Amino acid sequence: MTDTAVAPPAPRFRVQRWTPVSVLFTGGLSGVVVALAFAPVVLGENSQNNLIQLYFLVIMAMMWNALAGYGGMVSVGQQGFIGIGAYAAVFLSVQHGLNPYLSMLLATLIGGAIAVPVAAVVLWLRNGAFAIATWVVAEVFAILVSLDPNPAIGGGTGTSALLPFTLRYTPEQRLHYTYWASLGAVAVLLLLLFVLLRSRLGGSLQAIRDDEEAAASVGVRVLLGKGILFVVAGAGCAAAGTIILAWQLSVLPLGPDSVFGINWTARMIFMVLVGGLGTFEGPIIGAVVLYLLQTYVSISGVWYFVMLGGVAIGFALLMPRGIWGTIQERFNVQLLPVGYRLRSGD
Amino acid sequence: MTWVAAVVHGILLGGFYALLASGLALMFGVMRIINLAHGSLALIGAYMAFLLTEHLHISTYLALAPVLPGALVVGYLLQRTMLERSLRAGELVPLLTTFGLLIVIANLLQQFFSPDVHSLDAGSIGPASWHVSSELSIPWFDVLTLAIAFTVLGGLQLVLRFTQLGRELRATAEDADTAELVGVNARAVYARATAIAVAIAALAGVFYGMRSAFDPNAGANELLYAFEAVVIGGMGSLWGTLGGGIALAVSQEIGAQINQEYFALGGHLVFLAVLVARSAASAPRIRYALRRFA
Repeated sequence: MTDTAVAPPAPRFRVQRWTPVSVLFTGGLSGVVVALAFAPVVLGENSQNNLIQLYFLVIMAMMWNALAGYGGMVSVGQQGFIGIGAYAAVFLSVQHGLNPYLSMLLATLIGGAIAVPVAAVVLWLRNGAFAIATWVVAEVFAILVSLDPNPAIGGGTGTSALLPFTLRYTPEQRLHYTYWASLGAVAVLLLLLFVLLRSRLGGSLQAIRDDEEAAASVGVRVLLGKGILFVVAGAGCAAAGTIILAWQLSVLPLGPDSVFGINWTARMIFMVLVGGLGTFEGPIIGAVVLYLLQTYVSISGVWYFVMLGGVAIGFALLMPRGIWGTIQERFNVQLLPVGYRLRSGD
Repeated sequence: MTWVAAVVHGILLGGFYALLASGLALMFGVMRIINLAHGSLALIGAYMAFLLTEHLHISTYLALAPVLPGALVVGYLLQRTMLERSLRAGELVPLLTTFGLLIVIANLLQQFFSPDVHSLDAGSIGPASWHVSSELSIPWFDVLTLAIAFTVLGGLQLVLRFTQLGRELRATAEDADTAELVGVNARAVYARATAIAVAIAALAGVFYGMRSAFDPNAGANELLYAFEAVVIGGMGSLWGTLGGGIALAVSQEIGAQINQEYFALGGHLVFLAVLVARSAASAPRIRYALRRFA
């Protein structure tokens, strides 16, 4: 939306969505997803575990960017939905004996369903008030879960989903299925956001982000647009939470490092700011950067988060468009086209 | 009678929340930004007082003498280096940078002071209390905190109303561009507002440390409580913040009265209820419907 060509004396414009580059890249990305589906055949256990981490980071970054970059909603409470996803999956699989992967799917939908009443409370708020209200909601979820006396939920001491997995699957099967489930979740959510943002809704959302009053005045249904994004982000973060559960098998409800912990939001903000806020491709790049950092740079937990916060501040102030936004601006490319380009005609 | 005790303790605790929240309300009032690192800055005050009392063996109250001017300088520099740039970059950027700061502070505190809990000595007033009846006793320290909160809020109000700085603050809050036209240096005003806000936060942090044990992650909860007090009090009015702090603390104490573990939950739920009530009242369609029936 931001790329406007400098008009020649007799301007004849045409609106362009797909370019040869973006067709090539979108096709290439689909090919990469298909190729990654064969990873369990080729790669070892370690690489698969690493890729699962990358996948849930990609989901989180995409969801947070959808809220902040497209809806203008800075949420510091998405960890609430991550925790809801993990605990809903525990509830269904441990307590009710459902298949763990079916539980993960249902928990994702539960995350989306819970986002509806939350949206009704927080969407009226703007900026800082919205941010803190989402955080309070996440705290309420965490406290309620930690007070649940049910042995399957485990209260404040946390719980484990080891049993439903080991009853049905060998460790190798569990790894493969979790890998495919998380890759599938990335692909589905990526496609969903791609379609959503290319639809009429995408245009109205960007209008909302740029100026809510002006958007409302030309007939954009502001609350509906924001609401749809908030529900999708709730479901997406819940999906990430279920993957975290399947990956580490045990979860805690309280503390900054738990599934309801504020550290997830720190990671999300880092990934999106580094990759490029409000670009479709940026969060994926940000997730890859964070994944490479935590896999190949050995850094202690405390300094890791100091680095996350510090780099996020640096990008917000010095390079607000992030890596991808800066590249996009300089070279005028869009690889996954969600916007339109105005080209001077031939 | 225990319910009476819960309400009385809530009113006293509300003074502490008002103290914590007034800096947040000041910054929001003047610059329209919510400083997500506010609770963490308060916590730095507590840790600095801890360092001074540990190494110099002075009383916590005496430690305030270097901590408060230090906090003024920190607030001034924070505004000049980080917040000023954030403000220029758009309305969402201050949220992102102050959130980053919150994460950095919590983890640096953990690095230098360990994740263990610390506490500050409240002196001879700490354990003393006035036994009204067998079930109601009023700790003198809580009364002192409430008195300090009154003093700070009253002092702020006097500064805002009668001093040159106060006039500049109010003018800038109304309209920074117009204030600049008549010769106010908005950037300098902002820096002073943040300096005052951080100093009050540090004061609240030291009192927090004397009231209860704290750890490096306590800043987050303090931020939430402070913000809840501001919102319940009606966003931006100083005495409203005191009312909001008291309402928040009374709900927490009543929650704790039902079950020890419902302390934070009671406050959060009342905060969310206030949000729902206020958003319902301000929703255009509902307002329109009300007007038709009225």
